[in-house]
Amino acid sequence: MIKPRQTPMRQQRPYVRIHNFDEVPLGYSEEEAVREAKRCLQCQYPTCVDGCPVNVDIPRFVGQVARGDFGEAMRTIRETNSLPAVCGRVCPQEDQCQGVCALGRKFESVAIGRLERFCADWEAEHDVCCPGIAPDTGRRVAVIGSGPAGLTAAGDLRKLGHAVTVLELLHVAGGVLMYGIPEFRLPKAIVCREVEALCKMGVTIELNQVVGRVVTIDELFEQGYDAVFVATGAGLPRFLGVPGEALGGVYSANEFLTRTNLMRSYRFPEYDTPIRIGERVVTIGGGNVAMDAARTALRLGAKESIVVYRRSVEELPARVEEVEHAAEEGIFFHLLANPVRFLGEHDELAGIECLEMKLGDRDDTGRRSPIPIEGTEFTIETNTAVIAVGNEAHPLIPRTTPDLQLNRWGNIVADRETGQTSKRGVFAGGDIVTGAATVIEAMGAGKRSARAIAAFLEA
Amino acid sequence: MNRILEKRRLGPCTWEYLIEAPDVARTACAGQFVMLRLHEKGERIPLTVVETEEPDGGVRLVVQDVGKTTHDMVDRFGVGDVLLDFVGPLGEPSEIGRYGTTVCIGGGVGIAPLYPIARDLKMAGNDVVTILGARSEPFLFYERKLDQVSDELYVVTDDGSRGEGGFTTDILTRLFEEGRRIDRVWAIGPPIMMKVCCDVTRPFGVPTVVSLNPIMVDGTGMCGGCRVRVGGQTKFACVDGPEFDGHQVDFDGLMARLRFYARNEAEALDAHEVKPCVKHQESAW
Repeated sequence: MIKPRQTPMRQQRPYVRIHNFDEVPLGYSEEEAVREAKRCLQCQYPTCVDGCPVNVDIPRFVGQVARGDFGEAMRTIRETNSLPAVCGRVCPQEDQCQGVCALGRKFESVAIGRLERFCADWEAEHDVCCPGIAPDTGRRVAVIGSGPAGLTAAGDLRKLGHAVTVLELLHVAGGVLMYGIPEFRLPKAIVCREVEALCKMGVTIELNQVVGRVVTIDELFEQGYDAVFVATGAGLPRFLGVPGEALGGVYSANEFLTRTNLMRSYRFPEYDTPIRIGERVVTIGGGNVAMDAARTALRLGAKESIVVYRRSVEELPARVEEVEHAAEEGIFFHLLANPVRFLGEHDELAGIECLEMKLGDRDDTGRRSPIPIEGTEFTIETNTAVIAVGNEAHPLIPRTTPDLQLNRWGNIVADRETGQTSKRGVFAGGDIVTGAATVIEAMGAGKRSARAIAAFLEA
Repeated sequence: MNRILEKRRLGPCTWEYLIEAPDVARTACAGQFVMLRLHEKGERIPLTVVETEEPDGGVRLVVQDVGKTTHDMVDRFGVGDVLLDFVGPLGEPSEIGRYGTTVCIGGGVGIAPLYPIARDLKMAGNDVVTILGARSEPFLFYERKLDQVSDELYVVTDDGSRGEGGFTTDILTRLFEEGRRIDRVWAIGPPIMMKVCCDVTRPFGVPTVVSLNPIMVDGTGMCGGCRVRVGGQTKFACVDGPEFDGHQVDFDGLMARLRFYARNEAEALDAHEVKPCVKHQESAW
């Protein structure tokens, strides 16, 4: 008899967790994991595997969990996924593997993400040997950027026996996993663990490397690299282009989250990087980054955290789970509203003037477009605003590599399947190609590019 | 890597370091900067490259003891010590061309980043007129060094303790009043000095380059904290700058953003019982 509902995962209660940065969901016990795994129908023709951008053999690993073979399950996952502890936490499974789960047609789908997370955490507590590495091929690959796309490509190429060096601009590896996604959603220790696992496989990571300035892509080839994978991700934040955006107290989500996650400003003055917020924080935008910022604001001590989004709840691009978590924590959603100016007092933010919006026809993204309603101006008093409306491509490689073809937004033009760019031997994937997307989509691009790079190296 | 090769005091609050960073030394140009971090709990701070020493792979920097991090650095980091993180070169290099007569103005610790620009302008065949300014004599440095790359050198201090009494802009104004032909001006120093320099050159239509020092977090083109309004557009000092056309820069906005964390800085100094040499409000750059 199949249980219709997913085995729930314990979480920190909302009124507790808004005062700490600890992870919100607490994970499955072994019993809970086995119970959940037994819900899997073990379909003869599973749809979930194709639903996964990195094609984890889901029925096999779930079956192994159901039998209590957690180490084996982990080995199965690691065959195709270099960052399971991350994916188990931040993938939008409801749109991917779980969205196409056969069980989900009648009941709740198997909680694949939670099971993946369980396996990865189990592995961390038990010593499981790392995946097999093919004999050295003598080929060298440089990966630029250590975010999800770069780390995935690095792991896959290393497994095939290639020598892989990852060049990272910041002082830690992990990219957006370290500076962007908050501790309470993805503990930094877990990212470090995944990075260490790659290092144990023989991947070399060099931090504080300004590729484009210290060494160009052409010079990497001169140094003996046989292929280059550009995975430098999203860069400079987009702003709204309305008056007052330079006022003190107006943050981009990138800055707000980088100060908090990468620089640990929530432990200022023990840590040197400060962050300054008012009693009320207004986040503008409706994606996962906006939810992260709004929830971070509460944990930094804001009494009120408000999300202002220009469309309605149906169009909110954030994952359902993130919106639910935000709502549980008491975040207010002011929907169908859009800032028209930031108001200052003594050079600092004092309020945001907004207009009410209504929804018009569907635009080219398939969502109904927001239309301002004249004469509906209203002001939200606040000293802190966080703008979370997306990012441009990271500028460094595009600006320093003149013969790399870009699209009109400054993203690198690359083949969707292979990541091949306009430059021979140079592949690209992740947000630097697609614009801001999800961790797992970047990982999928890293995986496809790794396959194409391997083929290129063998040719 | 990142080892301190030399440390020298330039004044009561100003220190010069030579850091072993061969990649940066090999590739840095005038106008570019590095980000450094002292220790695990440290912040990332930008410092402009003064010059590089190829054989040792050294990068010369000037640090003024002005806040928690700079105080930690001059107080606790000496020859042989290693900086935890050191990354660069960042930002766009200065546009060194053959302009004719260039006036190079350095105020306070802004004298340090001015030096390589004046040197390169001289090497490119320009006539270099240099104006150095500081609050008082102890805050002046690199006078000889700049003299060697300048055709004319003027020195001013607010209190007249060295050179003429007054401000760098007084000399700049005088040069214009004397009817001197000036083809291009570089002004690096406190925002208010750069702003006034631009006010002086604007009526004459002389292109004026300024090097901005907004607050940066990563300094690599990611956080957007260093944004400034230039010609009505949002620009990022870390990747679009740090140098901009001074006539287009919104200096009032820049100064407002620079003040935003003043209270937090005071809190950090109290918490760590640190007394920097220069109070931030009085910072020369």
